[in-house]
Amino acid sequence: MTTLKKSDHAAVPFWRDERYLKIIIQVVVVVLVVLAAIYLVRNLLTGLEDLGIPLSFKFLGIESQFDIGESLIEYSRTSTYARALLVGILNTIKVSFLGIVFATIFGIIVGIARLSKNWLINKLAAIYVEALRNIPLLVFLIFLSTSVFHKLPRVNEALSAWGWAYLTNRGIYVVWPQPSAGWDVYKWFLLGSFIIGLIVAIIKYREGVRTGRMPLYWLWGMVVFVVLAVVSWFIALFIAGQPMYLDFPSLQGRNFKGGKSLTPEFMAIFTGLVVYTSAFIAEIVRAGIQAVSKGQREAATALGLSGFQTMRLVIFPQALRVIIPPMTSQYLNLTKNSSLAIAVGYPDLFAVGSTIINQAGRAVEVILIMMGVYLTFSLLTSLFMNWYNKHTRLVER
Amino acid sequence: MSRKVLIVLLVLVIAALAVAACGGKQTPAPTEEAAATQPPAATEQTAAQPTEKPAEQPAAQEGEGTLATVKARGKIICGVNQAVPGFGFLQPDGSFAGFDIDFCKALSAAVFGSPDKVEYRPLNAKQRFTALQSGEIDVLIRNTTWTLTRDTELGANFAPTTFYDGQGIMVRKDSGIKTLEDLQGASICVSSGTTTELNLADQMAARGIEYTPVVFETADETTGAYLDGRCDAYTTDKSGLVARQSMFPNPEEHMILDETLSKEPLGPVVRHGDDQWFDIVKWMVFATFQAEESGVTSQNVDEMKNSDVPTIRKLLGVEGDMGQKLGLDNAWAYNIIKQVGNYAEIYDRNLGPDTVFNLPRGMNSSWKDGGLLYSPPFR
Repeated sequence: MTTLKKSDHAAVPFWRDERYLKIIIQVVVVVLVVLAAIYLVRNLLTGLEDLGIPLSFKFLGIESQFDIGESLIEYSRTSTYARALLVGILNTIKVSFLGIVFATIFGIIVGIARLSKNWLINKLAAIYVEALRNIPLLVFLIFLSTSVFHKLPRVNEALSAWGWAYLTNRGIYVVWPQPSAGWDVYKWFLLGSFIIGLIVAIIKYREGVRTGRMPLYWLWGMVVFVVLAVVSWFIALFIAGQPMYLDFPSLQGRNFKGGKSLTPEFMAIFTGLVVYTSAFIAEIVRAGIQAVSKGQREAATALGLSGFQTMRLVIFPQALRVIIPPMTSQYLNLTKNSSLAIAVGYPDLFAVGSTIINQAGRAVEVILIMMGVYLTFSLLTSLFMNWYNKHTRLVER
Repeated sequence: MSRKVLIVLLVLVIAALAVAACGGKQTPAPTEEAAATQPPAATEQTAAQPTEKPAEQPAAQEGEGTLATVKARGKIICGVNQAVPGFGFLQPDGSFAGFDIDFCKALSAAVFGSPDKVEYRPLNAKQRFTALQSGEIDVLIRNTTWTLTRDTELGANFAPTTFYDGQGIMVRKDSGIKTLEDLQGASICVSSGTTTELNLADQMAARGIEYTPVVFETADETTGAYLDGRCDAYTTDKSGLVARQSMFPNPEEHMILDETLSKEPLGPVVRHGDDQWFDIVKWMVFATFQAEESGVTSQNVDEMKNSDVPTIRKLLGVEGDMGQKLGLDNAWAYNIIKQVGNYAEIYDRNLGPDTVFNLPRGMNSSWKDGGLLYSPPFR
């Protein structure tokens, strides 16, 4: 019997042996996927070859020959395509970074407001969330661009705030400090004041830890910094002349000049992203807060903490653990959604990239670069958020 | 049950490996690949089919050319504009009309003997070359400027210019802007991916005029921003400016500066690598030029068939085999003229004195009238 069984077992060919089959299936799938990829890539390369435009990144060194409306770095039509892409990348970073910061702030405020016992605040927050979460972002952006920012007063009828700020459909202009003669000296004073302020704050904090009575260490540091900065202003004024002056915007020729300006294109994409994403963040924050058990709040109240203290010291730190993972995906969404800037004319990476596709005819190459850049942004964001998540999660002993 | 599925899968992989192995040694010859997989047993053949299919399609396209593809499909896919009245415009009833559209119709008349076998594919300035390169469209007739870079790097072949244009600038009459120099410090609205975007940068740099470009995707967005006062000026081809102005709520409040920033020869475009199709598109345009020069119109084309003038007889396919040399019917040019008209008719129908645009012919006259339209001989 036993010998028969053994020979039977040996007779089972490998394609009927489950142990081998499991491996074979996996190999099959991998081979199929790789073959499909090879076919697609080869198809692309031979296709481009046939058109006489083989894959090449040499075009990045050629003069771009077009102008870009707004740029954080020096850029002109004689700059290279690579630099044009860099302008786009920086513009994307600008709108994404500011967008994430402001969306978080608004989102937290609205999220807490939705839990308010005040009927009006509660309902307003609910309307904000439900309305904005349910309008497609592109529709909202085009509405902002064509119906809000382009419909602001024209340049010669600009709305003015006592000459300190102007609101027009060419942008928002605000007064802004500009470095002047004494700046070279003053910037070192300013740095020194900051460092001293920081040191004072750290000393006060350590003192608090040692004595168990925590002083307002951040206020200490700030006061020291401000006092030193003001004093050194006059020293710099005495040594090298006025360190900074206020640059007031004024109508020169056809446009405002001076001060700090924000274009309507930037305002449209920025406002759109912030408002849209903050509606989602508000829901995440609300869910996070509601996930903290009722006993925690009651315990905090029993200890005699005020409403604000309960929120800041007890509820929110615990809610954060629930909030962070879904928050990460909202940040990623915001960064990726910033590519909709093309619809409102803001020169972000995608808008500049598409112009290059057309002017240089390098569709595949530019799309590859753009995908690479967005992927890098997203991976860096999640890397940071994962690190932060680890940092704040419940420590179990 | 599941084991049978697994065996089928296994057979599939072996077949696929065979395809890949052959492909690796013998580079781009998809027909050979297909042949190599055929000998194995009948079961393997059926299994190999899904992997074979995609390989066959490019072969069909490369081997037979655009004309065959178009004929097999039964219609031409023509990349056009939908937002420039007079040139390419999507009308309220859903049909397309305009100068460029009529050349799509002329091409259809030449290939099929009927002007209606066209599928119009509206494209914006940025999509157009990718659509052409990828084979999504057969021909691009969308007020496209002929430049060296586009001719070479974009893999495009330009047929004869159908409209000689130049870039202009539109401003509000009450803005006080009279010349380019008055635009110092101005914001200028422009559509992205156009030659006008580049010319603007060139011209302003050459004259040392500082300006801010405000760039939008489509012509509608660009003019919308200009009308809202986001920009002091709006720039595109002069013909385009005239056409857009006709759509403005108050056209009389705007004016076009006299200065011309650039040369903008606009014409049909095909992709590199299909000379026969390129020839057809070229001679379709020349036929409209020649018909005007010889005085053949859609009205008198039937009488003209009895003409004694050799050029007209050759043009209309009465003698010689001009059509066959292009791979078409000998009555190809007759069909164009009969069904769409000669160049003058096409021009007058869309841009002439009876239209709101009333654009003077200028450079776009036959060479006999001092213009630039000149057809090589039909012989």
